[in-house]
Amino acid sequence: MKRFLLPLGAFALLVVVLLVGLRHAPEREAKFVKSPLIGKPAPQFTLPQLVDPAQTFDSGSLRGGWHLVNIWATWCVTCREEHEVLLQIKQEGRVPIVGLDWKDEDAAAISWLSQLGNPYQVVLADRKGEVAIDFGVYLAPESFLIDPQGVVVEKQYGAMTVEDWRSKFLPHLTAPAKAGA
Amino acid sequence: MNAARLRARLLAAAFALATLGAVELAFAVDNTPQFSDPVLQARYYGLTHELRCMQCQSEALADSNVGLAADLRMEVHKLIESGKSDAEIRDYMVARYSEFILLRPRMSLRNLWLWAAPGLLLIAGIVVALRVLRRRARLPIGEEPVGDDPVS
Repeated sequence: MKRFLLPLGAFALLVVVLLVGLRHAPEREAKFVKSPLIGKPAPQFTLPQLVDPAQTFDSGSLRGGWHLVNIWATWCVTCREEHEVLLQIKQEGRVPIVGLDWKDEDAAAISWLSQLGNPYQVVLADRKGEVAIDFGVYLAPESFLIDPQGVVVEKQYGAMTVEDWRSKFLPHLTAPAKAGA
Repeated sequence: MNAARLRARLLAAAFALATLGAVELAFAVDNTPQFSDPVLQARYYGLTHELRCMQCQSEALADSNVGLAADLRMEVHKLIESGKSDAEIRDYMVARYSEFILLRPRMSLRNLWLWAAPGLLLIAGIVVALRVLRRRARLPIGEEPVGDDPVS
């Protein structure tokens, strides 16, 4: 019996190591681990507005209230699926949504909004995608919840769903202690 | 004899051309302007090969024709141009895209065991081998080991 103990132990250890490895596979981590931006100040930027490019929007105006920054584009198929949820969030009226139109054509974006409805308080045109890089965007759509101090509190990779909105995002907005701090 | 040599030369030339073509193709993905300074270009080459294309499966920035990869190559180019060091550029990318963007992971407490594992396994193997050899050395000559000898 004793002679089996060592190989068996080694095998058990190997199984444990491999299981831990599987759980932390980078492909999973990238999708499910928190963004490195969480808990840090949102990137600073100044961008032209989509509808009126002469008007610019500065990230400084995100301070003083909660904002949901949503990165989208008309070439992004999942964004179309997500659009309905964004309209619902707007309807709820708990937080204004700032749209970041990522590497898009202005005309296409404007007609998208007039056809599907506009959930955004303001839409910014990130034509070169530079601000998106600062946000670490790679999987449009992505959404960032930013608190009144300008700190990123929560992030959604891919389409926002009603479930994720309720379970991950709303609790931040309804916790009065945090919001008032 | 001459014909054979000619054939060999032609073959070599064709091979060289094919290799050149492959190199050309490999570079065709990258439209970022080249540095005139070969040192900077070498750094750019290194960095774009060790940073991950986030939208792709295990592909480096340098090899991907995805739009974001092109943007990030341009970003690397700009950062090098602005005088940032390789380490600063890596930190810049990690701050935005997490450690996942590094194709070559950094050594940390979390993955230390991975770096140490080959050495530890080698030591364990040597210990086992020594024990087996010692046991065998104690046996009278010509007698085969019996019982719990793992080698038998």
